[in-house]
Amino acid sequence: MGLKINQSLINDKTGKELQELCPFGAISYENGKLDISSACRLCRMCVNKGPAGCISYEEEKIEQIDKSKYKGICVYADSDHGKIHRVSFELIGKAIELAKVISHPVYALLIGYQTEENVRELLNYGVDKVFVYDHEKLKDFDIERYANCFSDFIENEKPSSILVGATNVGRCLAPRVAARFHTGLTADCTRLEMKENTDLVQIRPAFGGNIMAQIITPNSRPQFCTVRYKIFDAPKKVSEPKGVAVNKTVKEEWLQSHVNIIDIIEKPEETDISEVDVIIAVGRGLKSKNDLAMVKELASLLKANIACSRPMVENGMFDAKHQIGLSGKTVKPKLIITLGISGAIQFTTGMKSSDCIVAINSDPDAQIFNIANYGIVGDLYEIVPELIERIKVDRYV
Amino acid sequence: MNIIVCIKQVPGTTNVNIDPVTGTLIRDGVAAKMNPYDLEALELGLQLIKKNGGTLNVVSMGPNSALEVLREAIYMGADGGVLISDRKFGGADVLATSYTLCSGIRAIGDYDLIITGKQTTDGDTAQVGSELAEHLGIPHIANVRKAEVKGGVLECVYQLDNKIYTADIAMPCLICADSGINTPRLPSFKRKVEYGKAEDRIRIITFADIEDQDENHYGLKGSPTKVEKIFEPDKKVERKMISGTDLASKTYDVLKAHKFV
Repeated sequence: MGLKINQSLINDKTGKELQELCPFGAISYENGKLDISSACRLCRMCVNKGPAGCISYEEEKIEQIDKSKYKGICVYADSDHGKIHRVSFELIGKAIELAKVISHPVYALLIGYQTEENVRELLNYGVDKVFVYDHEKLKDFDIERYANCFSDFIENEKPSSILVGATNVGRCLAPRVAARFHTGLTADCTRLEMKENTDLVQIRPAFGGNIMAQIITPNSRPQFCTVRYKIFDAPKKVSEPKGVAVNKTVKEEWLQSHVNIIDIIEKPEETDISEVDVIIAVGRGLKSKNDLAMVKELASLLKANIACSRPMVENGMFDAKHQIGLSGKTVKPKLIITLGISGAIQFTTGMKSSDCIVAINSDPDAQIFNIANYGIVGDLYEIVPELIERIKVDRYV
Repeated sequence: MNIIVCIKQVPGTTNVNIDPVTGTLIRDGVAAKMNPYDLEALELGLQLIKKNGGTLNVVSMGPNSALEVLREAIYMGADGGVLISDRKFGGADVLATSYTLCSGIRAIGDYDLIITGKQTTDGDTAQVGSELAEHLGIPHIANVRKAEVKGGVLECVYQLDNKIYTADIAMPCLICADSGINTPRLPSFKRKVEYGKAEDRIRIITFADIEDQDENHYGLKGSPTKVEKIFEPDKKVERKMISGTDLASKTYDVLKAHKFV
């Protein structure tokens, strides 16, 4: 398998064309010879779009796994806070949809201590089976212990797909277990679909840019993906839960750990931008820290929280916890007003499901306008102060 | 102590578009740079070496152009660098990437601690560190904000969602640094002059140098995930553009109509 160069078709014209074509700069043409470097990502652009026959792609026959041996769509129920994280319920909603396509059962995997209430809660959301690993030493998240229980579940139940919430715990645990089973893991999926052959179609933004990638795991099971909070909707609770809990024995040897927890502090309650109803998000269009004063005033009038795009964290104006986007938080408020944000997909991925998007940007071609319900083309330094006055006037009338 | 810090060269911009005519990817030509999250991982490592003594090497996987980020790390204070590079490693997903890094690190030799950055700005998955730890069979902790050597173990402060943990972890181990934990130092001009291209401090590891010679474990072949297609995201159709004069009061009308004021 790999790319084969047909040197007999390589000349100054085709060589240069191929060199130009490669998006990763992996093809070089020098002194009549074409070479492909290790920068090659096998995107096969050169095969499909390049001059015919110059570069070909040879595929080997690979032994196919028996996918019918794997059954069930499983959601990892993240309960590090004692309570189950809401992202897990959202994933159950999606898992029920996906399972319908292939008539698979829906599972939840719960690892923790004193889990009775959480088990009931999971069954209320309509899962068919909750697999429970309950042990005192599983009270706090420990990567080795949790990965061992997770692995036991996979070995014995052979689920076809596993959906994990992209919490800090999920992001740490899912890769560890996926690597153990030499299987694929797609991070931060924004759409999931199911093929009839049980391949999970995982769609996520790629290249940090404006492209979506559709990814499958065609010859490995289980298929792993992580999804952020607030991408999908939680299902309605069922009136008469029909699912059952399956209690698993936790073996002593799984509980060994190289990590010794000394202390755990609950972080003081602070407003989480992914929970609020109204957000004003600022981007590079805001020139200096002093200009935040007017943003704050508008925010207090609208009872809004202030958030930002990635560049504002990189330039030190904001703390990372205020960042919306692929590398920040996903938000879904009733109203979001963006000020001076151009709208790269890195940002919009984290907010495009908001109910109402009002974008203010002076560039009429800004990408943010593609997703905004109201695109206001103008200077935020003129609009914001006037808007503040207008709201104040209204209050006193 | 021996520390290995994993670093990656990423495109200078994340602004990639699809050419509507040819369907090809267009990248604008901003120079590649070191993944900014890795700078914090490197700084964390350099501070540990300063306190505890030892050596720090950086490891990167990528084409020859990635030598540039190894040099930058050496000018910042790393003792040496290793580039894991081979065409056979191309097209790797998270599993194949982490496995290749694992094979390369095994070829380098002993270590007490491996540090990775939080994520890269081009892949944005934040998964390679955890998978690397699994392949190496060592414990790991992610989202590490502070790390200190205390009595032969590493004491880490790390954040899991709304809790801050303090824990000891036995070495050898791997930690994934969180973001915003330090201010990375700049490359030293003195070191740059002294080391030049730092050729004697950089080693290149190819497929031939690693122990597992099964090509099915690397690159595209070793990648369980396949990209079926790439496409442009949907654009929301229901939208109203407002321009011209009186923008503030038109904005106000929108907010009023939706009962936000």
